[in-house]
Amino acid sequence: MNRYPLWKNILVVVVLALGLLFTLPNFFGEAPAVQISSVKATIKVDAKTQERAVAALAAAAIAYDGILVDSNSIRVRLRDGDSQLRAKDALEKAFNPDPADASYSIALNLLSGSPQWLTSLHALPMYLGLDLRGGVHFLLQVDMKSALTKRLDATAADLRTLLRDKNLRHAGISREGASVVIRFRDAETRDKARALLGDSQPDLALTDSQDGADFKLGGTLKPSAEKRIQDYALKQNITTLHNRINELGVAEPVIQQQGADRIVVQLPGVQDTAKAKDILGRTASLEVRMVDDENSANAAVMDQAAHGQPPLGTDYYVERGGRGLLVRKQVVLTGDRLTDAQAGFDNQTHEPAVHLTLDAAGARIFKDVTRESVGKRMAILLIEKGRGEVVTAPVIRSEIGGGRVQISGRMSTTESSDVALLLRAGSLAAPMDIIEERTIGPSLGAENIEKGFHSTLWGFAAIAVFMSLYYLLFGFISVVALTCNVLLLFALLSLLQATLTLPGIAAIALTLGMAIDANVLINERIREELRIGESPQAAIRAGYERAWATILDSNVTTLIAGIALLIFGSGPIRGFAVVHVLGILTSLFSAVVVSRALVNFIYGSRRRVDKLSIGQVWKPGVEAKAG
Amino acid sequence: MEFFRIRRDIPFMRHALVFNVISLITFLLAVVFLFAKGLHLSIEFTGGTLLEASYAEAPDVEKIRNRMLADGFLDPQVQTFGSSRDVLIRVPLAHDSETAKVSERVLASLAAAAEGRAPQLKRVEFVGPQVGKELASDGAMALLLVVIGIVLYLAVRFEWRFAISAIIANLHDVVIILGFFAFFQWEFSLPVLAAVLAVLGYSVNESVVVFDRVRETFKKKRQMTTPEVLNHAITSTISRTIITHGCTQMMVTSMLIFGGAALHYFALALTIGILFGIYSSVLVASPLVMWLGVSRAQFVTATKKKDEAVV
Repeated sequence: MNRYPLWKNILVVVVLALGLLFTLPNFFGEAPAVQISSVKATIKVDAKTQERAVAALAAAAIAYDGILVDSNSIRVRLRDGDSQLRAKDALEKAFNPDPADASYSIALNLLSGSPQWLTSLHALPMYLGLDLRGGVHFLLQVDMKSALTKRLDATAADLRTLLRDKNLRHAGISREGASVVIRFRDAETRDKARALLGDSQPDLALTDSQDGADFKLGGTLKPSAEKRIQDYALKQNITTLHNRINELGVAEPVIQQQGADRIVVQLPGVQDTAKAKDILGRTASLEVRMVDDENSANAAVMDQAAHGQPPLGTDYYVERGGRGLLVRKQVVLTGDRLTDAQAGFDNQTHEPAVHLTLDAAGARIFKDVTRESVGKRMAILLIEKGRGEVVTAPVIRSEIGGGRVQISGRMSTTESSDVALLLRAGSLAAPMDIIEERTIGPSLGAENIEKGFHSTLWGFAAIAVFMSLYYLLFGFISVVALTCNVLLLFALLSLLQATLTLPGIAAIALTLGMAIDANVLINERIREELRIGESPQAAIRAGYERAWATILDSNVTTLIAGIALLIFGSGPIRGFAVVHVLGILTSLFSAVVVSRALVNFIYGSRRRVDKLSIGQVWKPGVEAKAG
Repeated sequence: MEFFRIRRDIPFMRHALVFNVISLITFLLAVVFLFAKGLHLSIEFTGGTLLEASYAEAPDVEKIRNRMLADGFLDPQVQTFGSSRDVLIRVPLAHDSETAKVSERVLASLAAAAEGRAPQLKRVEFVGPQVGKELASDGAMALLLVVIGIVLYLAVRFEWRFAISAIIANLHDVVIILGFFAFFQWEFSLPVLAAVLAVLGYSVNESVVVFDRVRETFKKKRQMTTPEVLNHAITSTISRTIITHGCTQMMVTSMLIFGGAALHYFALALTIGILFGIYSSVLVASPLVMWLGVSRAQFVTATKKKDEAVV
């Protein structure tokens, strides 16, 4: 008697049903869609945006299948390619009345055609890599050394101001390599300075040294501070890239940190690498300029300025509230002087505010300017692609020294954090180099899918035919088990949303070719047991039990290789390794548990089994008897 | 249907020396080719730019090359890829700062050479110098990790003698695959590296099946000598060995036929790996185990210990 306990049978059925459920979305293909996402960090996509989109589509009389809202985009699924294009035009008109100043990006996209109930179960189709769907892949290296030198230069400037304020005479401050060196004439001043710096510059590790008559105090960044600066530089660069890529209107961009100092950017569907590179490498900058208050209050002048004729020496800008503003051309400060921008609250009024930190030189300029212009307004502009936007234009209430500036007034907490982000994200914290680029045309992507699919299909067919001929019913059971393996592997890949690439498809094929090993081992073992004269039921039991140890051992060694590839592999190797490792795990289940369940189902409950349909079992000496 | 009707155990161990000498010669040849010719590394390892472009009509490869030389590219390689209308262009890493712009310059050059019928760009790959070095060291690390992992696992699960023989037999497969790639100057790319490492795991699994049987036979058949045990183990698993590898090879052959250029070398590396894997993991690993002095005593004591632990 070979019977599985009830729970084991239920387990097999449940696992296979779940496998089928999560594989299902892959069969529905993709439907055309239009994606709306915000280009500006200050504008959020929410329920209101959805209402607007619905209204715009209704006005244009375009039928759609569904609307999906997630944290930063709205996707409208449409019936066909024609209505997709019309919907894009309609939405473009509704959301971006002024094409020169677009607030939203409207992009063509593809959405899974699977029904809503599947999507709500998080059953999504497999995530295809760029080599299968076409697109651009960049690997960017952040120049951390320059992020650190930039910081040290700023520190050197800060120290100069600090020592002057405290009346400590020094003989020069300079940056030498990765440290800031201050020279003193005597040891006493140096000791005082060290005490001062110990308190005010917690990021610096200080060392004393002597060079002829000079007493030197060297400061290097502590490892913890270095790490913080690097993390910050990387995060800021990623934020900046996000903002820039949003403008490209790419459907599903991937922008991820890789390792300590690298960023991966993947833009599916983008073919124009030149434009993509241009946008990735673009620099945005922050400017502080004074507002021309007299003319801004003059309605006639403003009217003229709005029609493109601002008074001499000024530029016309529209503030975020929608009011016009005249700003002097002369730049007071640039973003280079900004070391940090954080959202927070006003100490007295508890209003949301943005706290800016300027470096020493910036602080000095800012102090001078604000002293001279109390009661006037200053504008903070973000300049991108040669076009400026007034982020805010506050009134100066008093002289501001110390390099800490606070922007407040008429802001919500979200707005303040957005402005802080914008100011931080305006420019890159550290320069970046493209160290790897991959562009795959859409036709090549489709070709790769087809080739990978055909390789797997025909290989599978060959194995299926051979197994069924050689092992008859047991061979057929093996093929069913192998099919379950494919099903579970697809389900797992869909569930984990692991990226499927061409090497990944090759891994599916290879893993299937290797997974059949377990069934061959089992079937051979059963034949062997029959050969030495065991009864069919005993042979099945012994065959599965004896083969199990071998199957486990051989799969563990393969698994070790797969895991090593997963740890050290990148790009194509990782794509291969993920599928390979998952495939080994699913094959253990399907080849042993599922095939045994089937064998038990067919033979297990029979009281008498004369013969197993496992092909000929040749016994030495009993040549004539066919099996 | 049953392919293997073997009456008696085949005396593999009688020819152990011959198998190992054949193996050693192949191995040495592979090493010689590796050093003499070196691997033809893909740009993923060397750094550089690779473009694949598709023309409406078969282009004149020489003309494209001349045009590119005229445009200031040093040593560009232009060759047809897959069909006569698809062209693959490799440009080595230049020492100027604008490496990331190379792909655009190549495209401009191609458009100029085609005189109006500009090709359609299918794929661009640019790899900077720092990436290539890392890939090579990561590959070596992965190999090391696989070797250590497998040796440890086999040493714990079986015996150190098995671990050592299995890893020697299978590392020599890896070297032989590399030797083939060096001899024919086939392109060694990242997927090929993945294939090589997968082969390592795969052929060790082959040795494991045989070793498993060796252990079992030692315990069951007390009158057999060590060579007889090995012969018996190999003979009784030979049918499974051939069928499993046959099945895997069916898949790989299917990849060779339908997978196109992208999977060609990947499948080729696997084919060589599978063929030599059968040979080495069975006919090289087993004699090595024998020479390292495996005996029944090692397994019998192991069982006794186990029994005591259970009681």
